[in-house]
Amino acid sequence: MARNEHYDVLIVGGGPAGIAAACCAARAGRRVAIVDDNPAQGGQIWRGMTEEWTAATQSPLAASWLRRLREAKVEVLAGTQIVARPRDGVLLAETDADACLLAYDKLILAAGARERFLPFPGWTLPGVTGAGGLQSLVKSGLPIAGRRVAVAGSGPVLLAVADCLRDHGAEICLIAEQAPWPRLVRFGCGLIGSPGKLLQGAGYKWRLKTVRYRTGCWPVAAEGDGKLSSVTFHAGSKTRTVACDYLACGFGFVPSLELPTLLDCRLDGGAVWIDDWQETSVQGIYAAGETTGVGGVDLALIEGQIAGYAAIDCQDHAARLFRARERGRRFVGALDRAFALREELKSLATAETPVCRCEDVSRQQLEAYGSWREAKLQTRCGMGPCQGRVCGTAAEFLFDWQRESIRPPIFPADVGTLAEIRPLGKQPGK
Amino acid sequence: MSRQVTVAVNGKSVSVPAGSTAAVAVAAVGLSQFRTSVDGEPRGPLCGMGICFECRVTINGRAHRRSCQTVCTAGMEICTDGP
Repeated sequence: MARNEHYDVLIVGGGPAGIAAACCAARAGRRVAIVDDNPAQGGQIWRGMTEEWTAATQSPLAASWLRRLREAKVEVLAGTQIVARPRDGVLLAETDADACLLAYDKLILAAGARERFLPFPGWTLPGVTGAGGLQSLVKSGLPIAGRRVAVAGSGPVLLAVADCLRDHGAEICLIAEQAPWPRLVRFGCGLIGSPGKLLQGAGYKWRLKTVRYRTGCWPVAAEGDGKLSSVTFHAGSKTRTVACDYLACGFGFVPSLELPTLLDCRLDGGAVWIDDWQETSVQGIYAAGETTGVGGVDLALIEGQIAGYAAIDCQDHAARLFRARERGRRFVGALDRAFALREELKSLATAETPVCRCEDVSRQQLEAYGSWREAKLQTRCGMGPCQGRVCGTAAEFLFDWQRESIRPPIFPADVGTLAEIRPLGKQPGK
Repeated sequence: MSRQVTVAVNGKSVSVPAGSTAAVAVAAVGLSQFRTSVDGEPRGPLCGMGICFECRVTINGRAHRRSCQTVCTAGMEICTDGP
Protein backbone atom coordinates (compact mmCIF):
# COMPACT_ATOMS: atom_id res chain seq x y z
CA MET A 1 0.00 0.00 0.00
CA ALA A 2 1.26 3.44 -0.87
CA ARG A 3 1.69 6.20 1.67
CA ASN A 4 -0.85 9.03 1.33
CA GLU A 5 0.15 12.64 1.88
CA HIS A 6 -1.71 15.88 1.32
CA TYR A 7 -0.07 19.25 0.75
CA ASP A 8 -1.44 22.75 0.41
CA VAL A 9 1.29 23.41 -2.14
CA LEU A 10 3.31 20.66 -3.78
CA ILE A 11 6.36 21.59 -5.82
CA VAL A 12 7.92 19.23 -8.34
CA GLY A 13 11.62 19.94 -8.70
CA GLY A 14 14.11 21.04 -6.06
CA GLY A 15 16.32 23.32 -8.15
CA PRO A 16 16.45 27.10 -7.78
CA ALA A 17 12.89 27.65 -9.12
CA GLY A 18 11.39 25.01 -6.84
CA ILE A 19 13.32 26.21 -3.81
CA ALA A 20 12.27 29.84 -4.39
CA ALA A 21 8.65 28.78 -4.90
CA ALA A 22 8.69 26.71 -1.72
CA CYS A 23 10.19 29.50 0.38
CA CYS A 24 7.50 31.94 -0.77
CA ALA A 25 4.58 29.51 -0.49
CA ALA A 26 5.51 28.22 2.97
CA ARG A 27 3.74 30.90 4.99
CA ALA A 28 0.98 30.96 7.54
CA GLY A 29 1.22 27.31 8.45
CA ARG A 30 0.73 25.96 4.98
CA ARG A 31 2.00 22.45 4.36
CA VAL A 32 4.50 22.68 1.52
CA ALA A 33 6.69 19.96 0.03
CA ILE A 34 9.28 19.71 -2.69
CA VAL A 35 9.47 16.38 -4.49
CA ASP A 36 12.65 15.66 -6.45
CA ASP A 37 14.18 12.64 -8.13
CA ASN A 38 17.71 13.66 -7.16
CA PRO A 39 19.36 12.46 -3.94
CA ALA A 40 19.25 16.02 -2.57
CA GLN A 41 17.73 19.40 -3.30
CA GLY A 42 19.56 22.09 -5.27
CA GLY A 43 18.90 20.89 -8.80
CA GLN A 44 21.83 20.26 -11.11
CA ILE A 45 23.26 23.75 -10.74
CA TRP A 46 23.53 23.52 -6.96
CA ARG A 47 24.21 19.79 -6.88
CA GLY A 48 26.57 18.73 -4.13
CA MET A 49 25.92 21.90 -2.13
CA THR A 50 23.50 20.36 0.35
CA GLU A 51 25.69 21.29 3.27
CA GLU A 52 25.42 24.99 3.84
CA TRP A 53 29.13 25.37 4.48
CA THR A 54 29.98 23.82 1.09
CA ALA A 55 27.46 26.06 -0.58
CA ALA A 56 28.83 29.11 1.21
CA THR A 57 32.28 28.60 -0.26
CA GLN A 58 31.02 27.77 -3.76
CA SER A 59 27.97 29.98 -4.19
CA PRO A 60 26.67 32.56 -1.71
CA LEU A 61 23.43 32.64 -3.71
CA ALA A 62 22.90 28.90 -3.22
CA ALA A 63 23.81 29.15 0.46
CA SER A 64 21.28 31.89 1.11
CA TRP A 65 18.42 30.05 -0.63
CA LEU A 66 19.24 26.74 1.03
CA ARG A 67 19.19 28.51 4.40
CA ARG A 68 15.83 30.11 3.58
CA LEU A 69 14.51 26.72 2.56
CA ARG A 70 15.55 25.15 5.86
CA GLU A 71 14.05 28.00 7.87
CA ALA A 72 10.80 27.82 5.89
CA LYS A 73 10.20 24.29 7.21
CA VAL A 74 9.49 22.87 3.78
CA GLU A 75 9.38 19.09 3.53
CA VAL A 76 11.86 17.79 0.98
CA LEU A 77 11.02 14.43 -0.58
CA ALA A 78 14.37 13.62 -2.22
CA GLY A 79 15.03 10.54 -4.32
CA THR A 80 11.34 10.55 -5.24
CA GLN A 81 10.22 10.25 -8.84
CA ILE A 82 6.75 11.18 -10.10
CA VAL A 83 5.49 8.39 -12.35
CA ALA A 84 1.79 9.00 -12.96
CA ARG A 85 -1.36 10.98 -12.24
CA PRO A 86 -3.87 8.48 -10.86
CA ARG A 87 -6.56 11.21 -10.76
CA ASP A 88 -6.89 15.00 -10.72
CA GLY A 89 -5.06 16.57 -7.80
CA VAL A 90 -3.00 13.47 -7.02
CA LEU A 91 0.42 12.37 -8.23
CA LEU A 92 1.86 8.90 -7.84
CA ALA A 93 5.52 8.85 -6.88
CA GLU A 94 8.12 6.20 -6.20
CA THR A 95 11.21 6.03 -4.01
CA ASP A 96 13.81 3.29 -3.77
CA ALA A 97 11.79 1.86 -0.89
CA ASP A 98 8.11 2.46 -1.59
CA ALA A 99 5.36 4.27 -3.50
CA CYS A 100 3.45 7.34 -2.35
CA LEU A 101 0.32 9.18 -3.40
CA LEU A 102 0.86 12.93 -3.17
CA ALA A 103 -2.34 14.99 -3.14
CA TYR A 104 -2.23 18.76 -3.51
CA ASP A 105 -4.40 21.86 -3.57
CA LYS A 106 -1.89 23.79 -5.67
CA LEU A 107 0.91 22.34 -7.76
CA ILE A 108 4.04 24.14 -8.95
CA LEU A 109 5.99 22.50 -11.75
CA ALA A 110 9.68 23.34 -11.54
CA ALA A 111 11.04 20.23 -13.20
CA GLY A 112 13.89 22.05 -14.91
CA ALA A 113 15.61 21.19 -18.14
CA ARG A 114 17.98 18.65 -19.53
CA GLU A 115 20.85 18.84 -21.96
CA ARG A 116 20.35 18.42 -25.66
CA PHE A 117 22.63 15.63 -26.85
CA LEU A 118 23.30 15.34 -30.56
CA PRO A 119 24.53 12.13 -32.16
CA PHE A 120 27.87 11.96 -33.96
CA PRO A 121 30.09 8.95 -34.66
CA GLY A 122 31.43 7.63 -31.36
CA TRP A 123 29.06 9.60 -29.11
CA THR A 124 28.05 6.39 -27.34
CA LEU A 125 31.61 5.56 -26.18
CA PRO A 126 32.12 5.56 -22.42
CA GLY A 127 33.90 8.81 -21.62
CA VAL A 128 31.63 10.89 -23.84
CA THR A 129 29.26 12.62 -21.44
CA GLY A 130 27.06 15.66 -21.28
CA ALA A 131 28.77 18.96 -20.48
CA GLY A 132 26.55 19.56 -17.48
CA GLY A 133 26.53 15.76 -17.23
CA LEU A 134 30.22 15.49 -16.41
CA GLN A 135 29.89 18.44 -14.05
CA SER A 136 27.06 16.66 -12.21
CA LEU A 137 29.13 13.48 -11.96
CA VAL A 138 32.09 15.42 -10.60
CA LYS A 139 29.86 17.22 -8.10
CA SER A 140 28.69 13.76 -7.02
CA GLY A 141 32.26 12.74 -6.28
CA LEU A 142 33.74 11.53 -9.59
CA PRO A 143 37.50 12.11 -9.37
CA ILE A 144 38.64 14.18 -12.33
CA ALA A 145 42.06 15.43 -11.14
CA GLY A 146 44.70 14.93 -13.80
CA ARG A 147 42.22 13.73 -16.43
CA ARG A 148 42.21 15.41 -19.84
CA VAL A 149 38.80 16.82 -20.74
CA ALA A 150 37.55 18.43 -23.94
CA VAL A 151 34.43 20.55 -23.39
CA ALA A 152 32.17 21.01 -26.40
CA GLY A 153 28.72 21.96 -27.59
CA SER A 154 27.15 25.34 -27.08
CA GLY A 155 26.30 28.04 -24.60
CA PRO A 156 27.77 29.85 -21.61
CA VAL A 157 27.46 26.59 -19.69
CA LEU A 158 30.63 25.35 -21.43
CA LEU A 159 32.64 28.00 -19.59
CA ALA A 160 30.96 27.22 -16.28
CA VAL A 161 31.63 23.50 -16.75
CA ALA A 162 35.27 24.01 -17.79
CA ASP A 163 35.80 26.32 -14.82
CA CYS A 164 34.31 23.81 -12.38
CA LEU A 165 36.23 20.82 -13.80
CA ARG A 166 39.50 22.74 -13.83
CA ASP A 167 38.82 23.70 -10.23
CA HIS A 168 38.58 19.97 -9.44
CA GLY A 169 41.96 19.37 -11.06
CA ALA A 170 41.01 18.41 -14.63
CA GLU A 171 43.21 19.41 -17.52
CA ILE A 172 40.96 21.17 -20.03
CA CYS A 173 42.44 20.60 -23.49
CA LEU A 174 39.88 22.58 -25.46
CA ILE A 175 36.54 24.37 -25.21
CA ALA A 176 34.74 23.99 -28.55
CA GLU A 177 31.78 26.33 -29.03
CA GLN A 178 29.71 25.72 -32.16
CA ALA A 179 28.44 29.32 -32.41
CA PRO A 180 30.42 31.64 -34.68
CA TRP A 181 32.63 34.35 -33.17
CA PRO A 182 30.79 37.40 -34.65
CA ARG A 183 27.53 36.31 -33.01
CA LEU A 184 29.24 35.99 -29.64
CA VAL A 185 30.80 39.42 -30.01
CA ARG A 186 27.36 40.92 -30.65
CA PHE A 187 26.03 39.05 -27.63
CA GLY A 188 28.90 40.29 -25.47
CA CYS A 189 28.26 43.90 -26.51
CA GLY A 190 24.60 43.47 -25.58
CA LEU A 191 25.63 42.56 -22.04
CA ILE A 192 26.76 46.10 -21.28
CA GLY A 193 23.37 46.72 -19.71
CA SER A 194 23.80 43.66 -17.45
CA PRO A 195 27.02 44.26 -15.52
CA GLY A 196 26.46 41.17 -13.35
CA LYS A 197 26.41 38.81 -16.34
CA LEU A 198 29.33 40.63 -17.93
CA LEU A 199 31.39 40.22 -14.77
CA GLN A 200 30.49 36.56 -14.51
CA GLY A 201 31.57 35.97 -18.11
CA ALA A 202 34.77 37.96 -17.61
CA GLY A 203 35.53 35.93 -14.48
CA TYR A 204 35.28 32.66 -16.39
CA LYS A 205 37.42 33.97 -19.21
CA TRP A 206 40.04 35.20 -16.75
CA ARG A 207 40.24 31.93 -14.83
CA LEU A 208 40.31 29.96 -18.09
CA LYS A 209 42.77 32.27 -19.81
CA THR A 210 45.27 29.50 -20.49
CA VAL A 211 42.58 27.22 -21.99
CA ARG A 212 41.99 27.24 -25.74
CA TYR A 213 38.44 28.46 -26.54
CA ARG A 214 37.50 27.85 -30.17
CA THR A 215 34.33 29.23 -31.71
CA GLY A 216 32.78 27.76 -34.84
CA CYS A 217 34.19 24.45 -33.62
CA TRP A 218 32.37 21.19 -32.90
CA PRO A 219 33.08 17.47 -32.48
CA VAL A 220 32.70 15.33 -35.60
CA ALA A 221 33.87 11.99 -34.19
CA ALA A 222 34.90 10.39 -30.92
CA GLU A 223 37.37 7.55 -31.11
CA GLY A 224 38.60 4.86 -28.75
CA ASP A 225 38.70 1.14 -28.11
CA GLY A 226 35.92 0.44 -25.63
CA LYS A 227 36.33 3.91 -24.16
CA LEU A 228 37.17 7.39 -25.34
CA SER A 229 40.77 8.20 -26.25
CA SER A 230 40.47 11.09 -28.71
CA VAL A 231 38.01 13.45 -30.38
CA THR A 232 38.17 14.95 -33.83
CA PHE A 233 36.85 18.49 -34.13
CA HIS A 234 35.77 20.55 -37.06
CA ALA A 235 37.56 23.88 -36.76
CA GLY A 236 37.40 26.38 -39.59
CA SER A 237 38.28 24.62 -42.83
CA LYS A 238 40.28 21.88 -41.08
CA THR A 239 39.75 19.08 -38.63
CA ARG A 240 41.98 18.53 -35.61
CA THR A 241 42.22 15.57 -33.27
CA VAL A 242 42.61 16.01 -29.54
CA ALA A 243 43.63 13.20 -27.16
CA CYS A 244 41.42 13.17 -24.06
CA ASP A 245 39.86 10.97 -21.35
CA TYR A 246 36.48 12.72 -21.37
CA LEU A 247 34.45 14.70 -23.86
CA ALA A 248 31.91 16.80 -21.97
CA CYS A 249 29.47 17.74 -24.69
CA GLY A 250 26.03 19.37 -24.60
CA PHE A 251 24.21 21.47 -27.18
CA GLY A 252 22.15 23.69 -24.94
CA PHE A 253 19.15 22.73 -22.82
CA VAL A 254 15.52 21.80 -23.38
CA PRO A 255 12.69 22.05 -20.84
CA SER A 256 11.49 18.79 -19.27
CA LEU A 257 7.90 18.58 -20.44
CA GLU A 258 6.82 15.03 -19.58
CA LEU A 259 4.92 15.92 -16.41
CA PRO A 260 3.26 19.13 -17.69
CA THR A 261 2.19 17.20 -20.80
CA LEU A 262 0.74 14.41 -18.66
CA LEU A 263 -1.18 17.04 -16.68
CA ASP A 264 -2.62 18.54 -19.91
CA CYS A 265 -0.82 21.86 -19.50
CA ARG A 266 -0.74 23.74 -22.78
CA LEU A 267 2.67 24.01 -24.40
CA ASP A 268 3.91 26.94 -26.41
CA GLY A 269 7.11 26.94 -28.48
CA GLY A 270 8.64 23.93 -26.74
CA ALA A 271 7.90 25.15 -23.20
CA VAL A 272 4.96 25.30 -20.79
CA TRP A 273 2.62 28.21 -21.48
CA ILE A 274 2.07 30.42 -18.43
CA ASP A 275 0.18 33.62 -17.64
CA ASP A 276 1.55 36.62 -15.71
CA TRP A 277 1.13 34.72 -12.42
CA GLN A 278 3.07 31.70 -13.73
CA GLU A 279 -0.19 29.75 -13.81
CA THR A 280 -0.46 27.18 -16.60
CA SER A 281 -3.54 26.59 -18.74
CA VAL A 282 -4.73 24.22 -15.99
CA GLN A 283 -6.19 26.08 -13.03
CA GLY A 284 -4.20 25.60 -9.83
CA ILE A 285 -1.11 24.31 -11.61
CA TYR A 286 1.79 26.74 -11.88
CA ALA A 287 5.15 26.43 -13.63
CA ALA A 288 8.45 28.17 -12.99
CA GLY A 289 12.04 28.01 -14.12
CA GLU A 290 13.37 26.11 -17.12
CA THR A 291 10.06 24.30 -17.60
CA THR A 292 8.65 27.57 -18.98
CA GLY A 293 11.67 28.12 -21.24
CA VAL A 294 15.36 27.79 -20.51
CA GLY A 295 16.46 31.00 -18.81
CA GLY A 296 19.10 30.22 -16.22
CA VAL A 297 19.27 30.46 -12.47
CA ASP A 298 18.46 34.16 -12.00
CA LEU A 299 15.23 34.00 -13.98
CA ALA A 300 14.33 30.67 -12.38
CA LEU A 301 14.57 32.22 -8.91
CA ILE A 302 12.33 35.13 -9.92
CA GLU A 303 9.75 32.88 -11.59
CA GLY A 304 9.81 30.53 -8.64
CA GLN A 305 9.06 33.35 -6.23
CA ILE A 306 6.21 34.65 -8.38
CA ALA A 307 4.70 31.17 -8.65
CA GLY A 308 5.07 30.56 -4.92
CA TYR A 309 3.36 33.82 -3.99
CA ALA A 310 0.65 33.47 -6.64
CA ALA A 311 -0.16 29.93 -5.49
CA ILE A 312 -1.04 31.24 -2.02
CA ASP A 313 -2.88 34.32 -3.35
CA CYS A 314 -0.20 36.86 -2.44
CA GLN A 315 -0.52 38.61 -5.80
CA ASP A 316 0.87 41.90 -4.50
CA HIS A 317 4.16 40.24 -3.55
CA ALA A 318 4.28 38.44 -6.88
CA ALA A 319 3.64 41.56 -8.94
CA ARG A 320 6.66 43.32 -7.45
CA LEU A 321 8.86 40.82 -9.30
CA PHE A 322 7.32 41.32 -12.75
CA ARG A 323 9.86 43.91 -13.86
CA ALA A 324 12.82 41.74 -12.86
CA ARG A 325 11.28 38.85 -14.76
CA GLU A 326 10.92 41.02 -17.86
CA ARG A 327 14.62 41.92 -17.73
CA GLY A 328 15.53 38.27 -17.30
CA ARG A 329 13.49 37.26 -20.32
CA ARG A 330 15.16 39.85 -22.54
CA PHE A 331 18.55 38.41 -21.62
CA VAL A 332 17.33 34.92 -22.50
CA GLY A 333 16.18 36.09 -25.94
CA ALA A 334 19.67 37.44 -26.64
CA LEU A 335 21.22 34.20 -25.40
CA ASP A 336 19.03 32.08 -27.68
CA ARG A 337 19.98 34.14 -30.73
CA ALA A 338 23.70 34.05 -29.95
CA PHE A 339 23.88 30.29 -29.36
CA ALA A 340 21.38 29.09 -31.98
CA LEU A 341 22.50 25.71 -33.32
CA ARG A 342 23.98 25.61 -36.82
CA GLU A 343 22.59 23.42 -39.60
CA GLU A 344 25.88 21.52 -40.00
CA LEU A 345 25.20 19.75 -36.71
CA LYS A 346 22.29 17.93 -38.34
CA SER A 347 24.66 15.97 -40.54
CA LEU A 348 27.17 14.82 -37.94
CA ALA A 349 25.46 11.46 -37.42
CA THR A 350 26.24 9.03 -40.25
CA ALA A 351 23.81 6.34 -41.43
CA GLU A 352 25.18 3.87 -38.86
CA THR A 353 25.38 6.24 -35.89
CA PRO A 354 22.92 5.18 -33.18
CA VAL A 355 20.39 7.90 -32.41
CA CYS A 356 18.37 5.93 -29.85
CA ARG A 357 20.89 4.69 -27.31
CA CYS A 358 18.46 2.54 -25.33
CA GLU A 359 17.42 0.40 -28.29
CA ASP A 360 20.44 0.98 -30.58
CA VAL A 361 18.45 2.44 -33.47
CA SER A 362 20.61 4.06 -36.14
CA ARG A 363 19.96 7.23 -38.07
CA GLN A 364 19.45 5.18 -41.23
CA GLN A 365 16.72 3.08 -39.57
CA LEU A 366 14.91 6.22 -38.42
CA GLU A 367 15.18 8.00 -41.75
CA ALA A 368 12.96 5.39 -43.35
CA TYR A 369 9.99 6.95 -41.54
CA GLY A 370 8.20 10.26 -41.74
CA SER A 371 7.32 10.98 -38.14
CA TRP A 372 8.38 10.28 -34.56
CA ARG A 373 5.27 8.21 -34.00
CA GLU A 374 5.83 6.02 -37.03
CA ALA A 375 9.54 5.60 -36.31
CA LYS A 376 8.75 4.68 -32.72
CA LEU A 377 6.23 2.03 -33.68
CA GLN A 378 8.49 0.47 -36.30
CA THR A 379 11.94 0.71 -34.72
CA ARG A 380 11.30 0.88 -30.94
CA CYS A 381 13.26 4.16 -30.78
CA GLY A 382 12.21 6.10 -27.71
CA MET A 383 10.70 3.00 -26.12
CA GLY A 384 13.64 2.16 -23.88
CA PRO A 385 14.02 3.31 -20.28
CA CYS A 386 14.85 6.93 -21.18
CA GLN A 387 11.48 7.07 -22.95
CA GLY A 388 12.80 9.32 -25.69
CA ARG A 389 14.32 11.91 -23.38
CA VAL A 390 17.62 11.63 -25.28
CA CYS A 391 16.70 10.41 -28.77
CA GLY A 392 13.39 12.29 -29.00
CA THR A 393 15.19 15.57 -28.38
CA ALA A 394 17.82 14.64 -30.96
CA ALA A 395 15.18 13.59 -33.52
CA GLU A 396 13.38 16.88 -33.00
CA PHE A 397 16.54 18.71 -34.06
CA LEU A 398 17.63 16.27 -36.79
CA PHE A 399 14.29 15.64 -38.50
CA ASP A 400 11.94 18.31 -37.11
CA TRP A 401 9.84 15.54 -35.59
CA GLN A 402 7.43 16.54 -32.86
CA ARG A 403 6.44 14.27 -30.01
CA GLU A 404 2.77 14.81 -29.31
CA SER A 405 1.51 12.71 -26.47
CA ILE A 406 2.90 11.02 -23.42
CA ARG A 407 1.67 7.92 -21.69
CA PRO A 408 2.02 7.05 -18.05
CA PRO A 409 4.18 5.93 -16.40
CA ILE A 410 6.31 8.91 -17.39
CA PHE A 411 9.28 7.21 -15.78
CA PRO A 412 10.17 3.50 -15.45
CA ALA A 413 8.48 2.28 -12.27
CA ASP A 414 8.09 -0.87 -10.22
CA VAL A 415 5.03 -2.97 -10.94
CA GLY A 416 4.03 -2.61 -7.28
CA THR A 417 3.96 1.17 -7.70
CA LEU A 418 1.85 0.99 -10.84
CA ALA A 419 -0.68 -1.19 -9.01
CA GLU A 420 -1.66 2.02 -7.18
CA ILE A 421 -3.24 3.35 -10.36
CA ARG A 422 -6.82 2.14 -10.03
CA PRO A 423 -9.99 3.26 -11.69
CA LEU A 424 -11.66 6.03 -9.72
CA GLY A 425 -13.57 4.83 -6.68
CA LYS A 426 -12.25 1.31 -6.82
CA GLN A 427 -10.66 0.19 -3.58
CA PRO A 428 -8.05 -2.53 -3.25
CA GLY A 429 -9.46 -5.96 -2.51
CA LYS A 430 -13.01 -5.13 -3.59
CA MET B 1 39.80 14.15 5.67
CA SER B 2 36.24 13.38 4.65
CA ARG B 3 34.42 10.32 5.88
CA GLN B 4 34.69 7.27 3.60
CA VAL B 5 32.12 4.65 2.71
CA THR B 6 33.14 1.17 1.60
CA VAL B 7 31.14 -0.61 -1.09
CA ALA B 8 31.79 -3.53 -3.43
CA VAL B 9 31.89 -3.20 -7.21
CA ASN B 10 31.74 -6.57 -8.98
CA GLY B 11 32.92 -8.09 -5.70
CA LYS B 12 35.88 -5.75 -5.38
CA SER B 13 35.93 -3.60 -2.25
CA VAL B 14 36.40 0.16 -2.73
CA SER B 15 36.18 3.21 -0.47
CA VAL B 16 34.71 6.48 -1.70
CA PRO B 17 33.97 9.78 0.07
CA ALA B 18 30.63 9.74 1.91
CA GLY B 19 27.90 11.18 -0.28
CA SER B 20 29.40 9.79 -3.49
CA THR B 21 27.07 8.09 -5.92
CA ALA B 22 27.38 4.47 -7.08
CA ALA B 23 28.66 5.83 -10.44
CA VAL B 24 31.66 7.24 -8.59
CA ALA B 25 32.39 3.85 -7.01
CA VAL B 26 32.27 2.13 -10.41
CA ALA B 27 34.69 4.68 -11.85
CA ALA B 28 36.88 4.36 -8.75
CA VAL B 29 37.65 0.70 -9.52
CA GLY B 30 38.75 1.75 -13.00
CA LEU B 31 35.68 0.68 -14.95
CA SER B 32 34.29 2.84 -17.75
CA GLN B 33 31.74 0.32 -19.05
CA PHE B 34 28.66 0.34 -16.84
CA ARG B 35 26.37 -1.66 -19.08
CA THR B 36 26.28 -3.41 -22.43
CA SER B 37 23.88 -2.08 -25.06
CA VAL B 38 21.31 -4.09 -27.02
CA ASP B 39 23.89 -4.49 -29.82
CA GLY B 40 26.68 -5.41 -27.40
CA GLU B 41 28.41 -2.03 -27.21
CA PRO B 42 29.98 -0.67 -24.02
CA ARG B 43 28.14 2.24 -22.37
CA GLY B 44 28.82 4.59 -19.48
CA PRO B 45 27.21 7.62 -17.84
CA LEU B 46 25.97 10.37 -20.16
CA CYS B 47 23.58 12.81 -18.50
CA GLY B 48 24.77 12.54 -14.89
CA MET B 49 21.29 13.45 -13.65
CA GLY B 50 19.13 10.37 -13.98
CA ILE B 51 17.36 10.75 -17.31
CA CYS B 52 19.43 8.77 -19.84
CA PHE B 53 19.72 5.42 -17.99
CA GLU B 54 23.11 4.72 -19.58
CA CYS B 55 24.75 4.30 -16.16
CA ARG B 56 22.36 1.67 -14.90
CA VAL B 57 23.78 -1.16 -12.84
CA THR B 58 22.57 -3.80 -10.40
CA ILE B 59 22.55 -2.53 -6.82
CA ASN B 60 22.01 -4.93 -3.93
CA GLY B 61 20.44 -7.40 -6.33
CA ARG B 62 18.03 -4.92 -7.94
CA ALA B 63 18.66 -4.55 -11.65
CA HIS B 64 18.51 -1.32 -13.69
CA ARG B 65 19.29 1.11 -10.88
CA ARG B 66 20.68 4.45 -12.00
CA SER B 67 24.17 4.64 -10.49
CA CYS B 68 24.33 8.43 -10.91
CA GLN B 69 21.27 8.96 -8.71
CA THR B 70 22.03 6.40 -6.02
CA VAL B 71 24.16 7.47 -3.07
CA CYS B 72 26.59 4.83 -1.77
CA THR B 73 25.79 3.28 1.58
CA ALA B 74 28.16 1.08 3.58
CA GLY B 75 28.29 -2.46 2.24
CA MET B 76 26.37 -1.67 -0.95
CA GLU B 77 26.92 -4.28 -3.65
CA ILE B 78 27.17 -2.85 -7.14
CA CYS B 79 27.42 -5.01 -10.25
CA THR B 80 28.06 -3.69 -13.74
CA ASP B 81 26.78 -5.47 -16.79
CA GLY B 82 29.93 -5.88 -18.82
CA PRO B 83 33.53 -7.03 -18.69
